[in-house]
Amino acid sequence: MASESHIIEYKTLGLTLAALLVLTGVTVGAASIDLGRVNVWIALMIASVKAGFVLLVFMHMRWEGRTLQWSFLATVLFLAVMIGFIFWDVAFR
Amino acid sequence: MTAQTDPTGKKLGMWLFLYTEIVLFGGLFVLYAVYFAGYTEDFIAGAKELDLFFGVVNTIILLISSFCVAAGVTAVQKAHNRIALAGLWGALACGAIFLVNKYIEWGHKFAYGIYPGSDRLVDGPAGQNLFFGLYFVVTGLHGLHIIIGMTLLAVSLVLVTRQKITAQSNAMLENSGLYWHLVDLIWIFIFPLFYLVV
Repeated sequence: MASESHIIEYKTLGLTLAALLVLTGVTVGAASIDLGRVNVWIALMIASVKAGFVLLVFMHMRWEGRTLQWSFLATVLFLAVMIGFIFWDVAFR
Repeated sequence: MTAQTDPTGKKLGMWLFLYTEIVLFGGLFVLYAVYFAGYTEDFIAGAKELDLFFGVVNTIILLISSFCVAAGVTAVQKAHNRIALAGLWGALACGAIFLVNKYIEWGHKFAYGIYPGSDRLVDGPAGQNLFFGLYFVVTGLHGLHIIIGMTLLAVSLVLVTRQKITAQSNAMLENSGLYWHLVDLIWIFIFPLFYLVV
């Protein structure tokens, strides 16, 4: 399987780290501007982008086969359904 | 007789375990979200009590440690053993610094009478009690994962030194790395939720 032998170059890893550090700076900067409730959504969006970098590069997900990629998406979907149903329940109590 | 190995199966098994971890922390984040919606002002007041400096430093430390582990995996695949060992030592050092910071941070909170069941929290606003309750449970559980991750990395380090983890056979290192990255991934969400909602 191709995914077994894929080697990520040091340079790619270094650039990913640089991107993650820049995004950390961006999220701290964005939090210092008071936009009310929008702040939380901006922070979560930046966190998701950072998580994407870690997942795709550091955790090799970009080069994995379909089994891992789809099963990961299924987990995220499960989480989304769980969050959605709980908020649905709480909202109509 | 030749030993049968199944690196793909080992990796899939690790990921299946990681999915359960995602749901575990996901459940705690849902709890956070529901209470945040109900006690927004108290949560913001609680987050203001946390030291942003420690949050930022620990975020940077974990990102660097993840890079070290990923570089270690690459180094083993390329048979660059000295770089692999340097990466693993670097990650272990980062993990140790993270825990020391956490110790100092929690110690400050305890000194101010902020700990689960403390008079200040129990008699104070309900939302702040919930915020700090979640703070201690989530960062405590995360800290436990750091300790487990460091144990796995230390075992991998020994195995690399003894040439048991090599370019041909490195599932143990890859899976330890995956665990470590997941711990980093979870912190990436903990950081904004507890330190940045001010």
